[in-house]
Amino acid sequence: MIDLLALCTFNAAYAHAIDSDALEQWPGFFTPDCHYRITHVENEQEGLAAGIVYADSRAMLEDRIAALREANIYERQRYRHLLGIPLLESADAGAARARTPFIVVRIMATGQTEVFATGVYRDRFVRQDGKLLLAERVAICDSTVTDTLMALPL
Amino acid sequence: MREQPIHWRSPALTRIPYSIYTDRELPSLEQERIFRGNVWNYLCLEAELPDTGSYRTTFAGETPVVVVRDGDNEIYAFENRCAHRGALIALEKSGKAENFQCVYHAWSYNRQGDLTGVAFEKGVKGQGGMPPDFCKEEHGPRKLRIATFSGLVFGSFSEDVPGIEEYLGDEICQRIERVMHKPVEVIGRFTQALPNNWKLYMENVKDSYHASLLHLFFTTFELNRLSQKGGVIVDESGGHHVSFSMIDTTAEKDSSYKDQALRSDNDRYRLKDPSLLAGFTEYNDGVTLQILSVFPGFVLQQIQNCLAVRQVLPKDVDRTELNWTYFGYTDDTPEQRKVRLKQSNLVGPAGFISMEDGAVGGFVQRGIAGASDMQAVVEMGGDHAGSSEGRATETSVRGFWKAYRHHMGA
Repeated sequence: MIDLLALCTFNAAYAHAIDSDALEQWPGFFTPDCHYRITHVENEQEGLAAGIVYADSRAMLEDRIAALREANIYERQRYRHLLGIPLLESADAGAARARTPFIVVRIMATGQTEVFATGVYRDRFVRQDGKLLLAERVAICDSTVTDTLMALPL
Repeated sequence: MREQPIHWRSPALTRIPYSIYTDRELPSLEQERIFRGNVWNYLCLEAELPDTGSYRTTFAGETPVVVVRDGDNEIYAFENRCAHRGALIALEKSGKAENFQCVYHAWSYNRQGDLTGVAFEKGVKGQGGMPPDFCKEEHGPRKLRIATFSGLVFGSFSEDVPGIEEYLGDEICQRIERVMHKPVEVIGRFTQALPNNWKLYMENVKDSYHASLLHLFFTTFELNRLSQKGGVIVDESGGHHVSFSMIDTTAEKDSSYKDQALRSDNDRYRLKDPSLLAGFTEYNDGVTLQILSVFPGFVLQQIQNCLAVRQVLPKDVDRTELNWTYFGYTDDTPEQRKVRLKQSNLVGPAGFISMEDGAVGGFVQRGIAGASDMQAVVEMGGDHAGSSEGRATETSVRGFWKAYRHHMGA
């Protein structure tokens, strides 16, 4: 049975990977054929499928991290994720669906610190080879606006 | 001579005074002379107003606007400002309306922006009410002229601006029609808040010189095709441009191509999931990238199969709102739609080849603090502002300033 504690533990490790700049670990939280998307409530309500980030494989997530490391240019910055308690919608031994609220604060190299994104992860977890993984994570932001640019993932 | 807060030292378009991005008197003059002047402002896609009563609230520069389809199937637009006290008439971003009613004192308007009802106009029990000579026809929000072209809806406050096709010119018209050649459908909307003056973003859009220098995604992953050629088209006014690149069929056969394939054997810099860029031939002209801008603040983009319009709205001297509307065609197959969704990773606030554009305007805005008497250099490709072969040029940036100075009388 996948329970609340398992999801909280998973999410804590997920947030830590991003916030501690261990970005190379981030794709490892997903299944090889995962879906990951960053969008906002209005697109979701209207059924508009596009995302700020749109991936349908773990390899695409790995490519995104490689691009952030090697290609894309952005000012040094960090995130601090604060994740709420997952709202467990369904769960059994092999799969679970949950919604977890998030606040992400962005800390720029200048020291400027501000709420960058709030929203909810709409998740589908599966257990593969005994390991809990995300088959799908849609980060639905509450605001339609992204300040300046989004480099690091949510 | 019209009032000019900014001193241009010469008629040349190769030097841009930095104060043009920071002067606090300038924004209101720009609103008057440009956005409410002799220009066409992009408002929305026709596809976003599908039915009678469909409306969107948007902006022409800073001015809030309602754009709506009426029962005669025509599109109308009027200021989103109640004629009574100036409150917003419509609060939602979009919807469907029989008519509009201001929430403050319930003054109501039809879908063409005519004032049709004044609450308690005759008073209550013989008390109060508007004077008998109050004429509703003489009151109302300002109406915009509307022009639609290829599914794009433009609005203007000017009676003098030429028709949309004359405004755009033949070449720009053709390049818009090339992309908007069949019905489109919105697949996502995103807004990016830019920490810089609106003109810095428009210059960035027009600047074909920076593309391969700032945006390293294609070069890092060796996705650039050496056998590409490109060019820049600038219209006569200078304000509109197209920058494009296309497959050069003659170079396709030369050996530089094979050399590149060899270097790509380096696994470290190869996409693990190349399906990101697995596209399909959309147009039969070999053009894989076309960035088109219309003065003052509209962009139409084709990057491979990734299609979008962008609306650039000044919000303050150092703040700009960039509204992205991603679209596909209504007759896309599911596979084609999937390609667009995946390629949309290239653009937008987190785009592999556009995220830098969100920040670089802010780098300029911060960099020029304390340098209001200095100037930027825009001399790549000479001093002219006409069309050009190759993309290592700033000709369309100079074109922007040519149009800007014309409208500002500077």
